[in-house]
Amino acid sequence: MAIEKELLLDMYTRMKTIRAFETKVAELFAAGKIPGFVHLYAGEEAVAVGVCANLRPDDYITSTHRGHGHLIAKGGDLKLMMAELFGKRTGYCKGKGGSMHIADVDLGILGANGIVGGGIPIATGAALALKYKGTDGVVACFFGDGAANQGTFHEGLNMASIWKLPVVFVCENNMYAISFSQKKSMNVPDIAERAKAYDIPGVVVDGNDVIAVYEAANEAVKRARAGEGPTLIECKTYRHRGHFEGDPMIYRSKEEVEEWMKKDPILRLEKRLMEMGYLTEEDKKKIEADINARIEEAVRFAEESPFPSPDELLEDVYTE
Amino acid sequence: MRKLTFAQALNEALRQEMRRDPNIYVAGEDVGVYGGIFGVTANLLEEFGEERVRDTPITESAIIGSAVGAAAAGLRPVVELMFVDFIGVALDQLYNQAAKMKYMFGGKAKLPIVVRTTCGAGMRAAAQHSQSLEAWFMHVPGLKVVTPSTPYDAKGLLISSIRDDNPVVFIEHKMLYGIEGEVPEEPYTIPLGKADVKREGSDATVVATMMMVHKALSAAEKLAQDGISIEVVDPRTLSPLDMETIIESVKKTHRLVVVHEEVKFAGSGAEIAASVAEEAFDYLDAPIKRIGAPFTPVPFSPTLEDAFIPSEEDIISAVKEVVGG
Repeated sequence: MAIEKELLLDMYTRMKTIRAFETKVAELFAAGKIPGFVHLYAGEEAVAVGVCANLRPDDYITSTHRGHGHLIAKGGDLKLMMAELFGKRTGYCKGKGGSMHIADVDLGILGANGIVGGGIPIATGAALALKYKGTDGVVACFFGDGAANQGTFHEGLNMASIWKLPVVFVCENNMYAISFSQKKSMNVPDIAERAKAYDIPGVVVDGNDVIAVYEAANEAVKRARAGEGPTLIECKTYRHRGHFEGDPMIYRSKEEVEEWMKKDPILRLEKRLMEMGYLTEEDKKKIEADINARIEEAVRFAEESPFPSPDELLEDVYTE
Repeated sequence: MRKLTFAQALNEALRQEMRRDPNIYVAGEDVGVYGGIFGVTANLLEEFGEERVRDTPITESAIIGSAVGAAAAGLRPVVELMFVDFIGVALDQLYNQAAKMKYMFGGKAKLPIVVRTTCGAGMRAAAQHSQSLEAWFMHVPGLKVVTPSTPYDAKGLLISSIRDDNPVVFIEHKMLYGIEGEVPEEPYTIPLGKADVKREGSDATVVATMMMVHKALSAAEKLAQDGISIEVVDPRTLSPLDMETIIESVKKTHRLVVVHEEVKFAGSGAEIAASVAEEAFDYLDAPIKRIGAPFTPVPFSPTLEDAFIPSEEDIISAVKEVVGG
């Protein structure tokens, strides 16, 4: 599949944006400016970007506790995201959600999720709604290797398969459920094999190769739009940082981490783009300068925004 | 006026609402071909087809979870959880996802979901098909909890629940399905959060829910023969809870008995009793009495189950105690 230059550069820019955002979040978290828990997406950018490059604004996604990358890939606003991480009233959720619950329903982002596997039935239901209304919209459902052992995984894939719902189930297999290795948490080497249980396609892709992810998702999205039902795509990837910021990471060897750092999805795409003559050092510097300016703007917006006032505590529990 | 059973009243509410709004669909175990295990969704499949009346696998988490996603994407799901006892395998989707989504998203989500379910003992169905778990749901901000006691209330409250833009847990006591009552043919609503005085009286207030409303009314007849006049207040919805009507009644009668089929310990009655103690203590002429099931799982054997369920006699003796008779 030949992917146009413009799309490749767009995916490159989005991946770089996610990395820069996460790098900045790590820095701000360490400086005590971001409260709570943060789970960073650095290292897995090719998955969110390769999948979301196939989506339209009216398509939906469900995300996870490690959700910043999905949001940016689906078009989330960096300023509103950063303000939410700071707990500010101008944030996506008026400071009520934080990192694990960022959402933009208008952009089709049905939320990050603090419960592992929690988004899988929700994605299935959103797909039901799209099919029910007679649209050709699709839902991309992101989750990790840990979620593939939850009951919701089985229930969601089964329901989507019997009703031929337009869902692309995207398993980001970063090999660890917090500290517990996938090798020990299941008897199958590939989570995609579990697709057989639902008689749907199960595809394993190199999750650090954005082109491979894009192509696999492209086929799955086409299939879903055509009414042929769900697909399970397993993207083998690796998180560069710990499960959460502050994770001592005693469960991964230095060698393993170094090996995966060499497979950095952004560097790989960058190398290919340069070989193809699509990107020069000068272009790269310009892209980086633009991204940094956007991140700085987002941080400034977050810092200058007010915190919610305590009387906002009681708002938004119910729809009147 | 025409009479319907409780189950027929619910069925009519579903049918009329589905005719009104094409975004409403029904899903759950055996709701289609079978018409629901208690017949509440009978013949909906024939009228509305498989797209809108969906038999599901036995997959409670996906039944409720898919309702969350469908509602967030613009539909109005009415899903059936066959027995409230099954909520354990699906609870995350209800209390962590549906109930909190609007708040977590800063108000930018609308979740018009009705989870219809059945509760209650009396069918010798034992510990996992007979519970009354109203208090569990009351404890979750973001949920509404509806507990009808009559066919009239069942229809009006279900229509209101379907039209409500929040997740509603609509609890149907299984021993009420067969009772008959007057039900208007046209669609009508009953506001969620408005209690109903089922019988007026002056000597004591009895707040009762679902099956216990009927036992309280029957107790009222007998107490009247002894010259004791009780007022029976049915909250109809436990969240929001209409404390105003309850407190008004207590201000009039100065005595309160709260009765429900949930276990007494930490049941919905504890909330009602505590609120009255906080807000109307000076009006009370006697300590508040609570009646609920004992702190055990629901037993199977008829002699044990009968002993478990609060009785009319329990209500009569509690009332006599508070009125000093």
